[in-house]
Amino acid sequence: MTRFGRIGDPPATLSVPRPRRRGGRRRPSGLLGALGTAAILLALLGAWELYAQVGGVDPLILPAPHQVASSLWLDRSLLWDNLRVTAGEVLLGILVAGVAGFACAVALHVSLALRRSTYPLLVASQTIPIPLVAPLLVVWLGFGLGPKLVIIGLISFFPIVVTTLDALARVDPEQLKLLRTLDASRWRILRHVELPAALPGLFSGAKVAVAVAVIGAVFAEVFGGSSSGLGNLVQQAIPNLRTDRAYAAVLILSAFAIVLFGLLTLAERLLVPWAHESPNGRNR
Amino acid sequence: MEGVRVDGVERVFRARGRRGVEVVALHGMDLRAAPGEIVAVVGASGCGKSTLLELVCGLQAPDAGTVAADPAVLMPQRDLLLPWASALDNAALALRVRGVPARRARVEAVPWFERFGLSGFEDARPAALSGGMRQRVAFVRTLLAGKPVLALDEPFAALDALTRQEMQGWLARVLAEEPRTVVLVTHDVEEAVVLADRVVVMSPRPGRAVAELEVGLARPRHRTDVAVVALRERALEALGAPA
Ligand SMILES: Nc1ncnc2c1ncn2[C@@H]1O[C@H](COP(=O)(O)OP(=O)(O)O)[C@@H](O)[C@H]1O
Ligand SMILES: [Mg+2]
Repeated sequence: MTRFGRIGDPPATLSVPRPRRRGGRRRPSGLLGALGTAAILLALLGAWELYAQVGGVDPLILPAPHQVASSLWLDRSLLWDNLRVTAGEVLLGILVAGVAGFACAVALHVSLALRRSTYPLLVASQTIPIPLVAPLLVVWLGFGLGPKLVIIGLISFFPIVVTTLDALARVDPEQLKLLRTLDASRWRILRHVELPAALPGLFSGAKVAVAVAVIGAVFAEVFGGSSSGLGNLVQQAIPNLRTDRAYAAVLILSAFAIVLFGLLTLAERLLVPWAHESPNGRNR
Repeated sequence: MEGVRVDGVERVFRARGRRGVEVVALHGMDLRAAPGEIVAVVGASGCGKSTLLELVCGLQAPDAGTVAADPAVLMPQRDLLLPWASALDNAALALRVRGVPARRARVEAVPWFERFGLSGFEDARPAALSGGMRQRVAFVRTLLAGKPVLALDEPFAALDALTRQEMQGWLARVLAEEPRTVVLVTHDVEEAVVLADRVVVMSPRPGRAVAELEVGLARPRHRTDVAVVALRERALEALGAPA
């Protein structure tokens, strides 16, 4: 075999690899962003504290931040125990929704008939009023993890299916033509091109699902007759005149959602780093 | 082996949604490529060149006329490399989708990387490659498809002028060593004359062949050769462009 001219070699420096661009989006440096968030938080807390002190509000309705902070500290083991319960429900729920949602999106993508017939039902499933069905689920599945997983899974499932399906649909039609001239079967197109291309969609969906899954967990605990979890703690705290504890629990829930979101973003960067690079084929 | 035969082909697109609006992409289009021949097709943008290649590849069926061709592989205008796969795996995709196991596919692709000056970039992902390198990886993928006919759709149109010239010289050498039946679509008349055995000039839409130039010049050719320049002028004239 002959060697063809190596175009990348000197003196022709034309084909030297481009410096890699990291991240498709411009964003302020992490430190700046964190400082900004902290500043906004501090301002909000300050305003809240001031209002609680001089506004003459009943602390049972609106506790001051310092009261919430003290509950965070004094009730730390109670909060921690309940966080573990809720976190377990949320993680398991998102996992179930992720697996089922991805599989469902692929099935809908492959079968037009299925997509036409099932997609409207999927949208309809999002209008199910959870407070109404939660007690029924309890009757049906008992007081354990079952009804919570169903509720969290049900509302996390939808964003995952939608974003995964969109990612599948966005595969370049030219790419599919190319694959057909390479004699690729439907299954091999799916396996080698479409499934990997759908992964960023799965991550986007899971990120949206984090927020709704946490709300879903609270609903599930409140309306599903739960005896533990942060949602349950909030519900118990209010009639016991422990509004500060209720606020503390909500704070923990938000922090948990932020952490989960951050972890997903990190996993996304590690597992699908190409998703935010310059788009495939910068040629036009 | 029959190469490529396109006879009196018509291709009409109906605009979706709006009834009655039709785009006649090709009308009475003829094209022949003998086995082993390199035929360049030049024409204005929108004259149906990509449509012609898809017909040759069997991705579309003509509305009238006939298309007969040996199995053809498409090299689309954009390289369409998979951003998550290494350069080597991208080239080996042609084998993978036919069921060749990953290791064997890579082993088969490696020698092509050496031949095409891509050694050392096997594990690089496409985003780390220059435009010229990406195009060469895409070309390895095209060759590994193992089809007798290559349908190349403006393969160098997106490259900067200098890289494009290098790549044209490179493709000429590759095809000298790996003879295939090639239908090379381009809107660069010079590229057509430098690379092809024959140049087919298409009319604006609806596209059909309006002129055919036998190149018949010794290789390697350079864009500055007097004969190349003369042919280029004739092709431009046939295109109706001010020479
Ligand atoms: N799938 C399609 N649906 C509708 N119109 C199309 C389609 N493909 C091509 N056309 C039209 O046919 C004409 C020829 O397109 P194309 O073959 O891509 O031209 P070229 O490659 O020469 O630029 C264009 O006017 C284009 O808009
Ligand atoms: Mg085109």
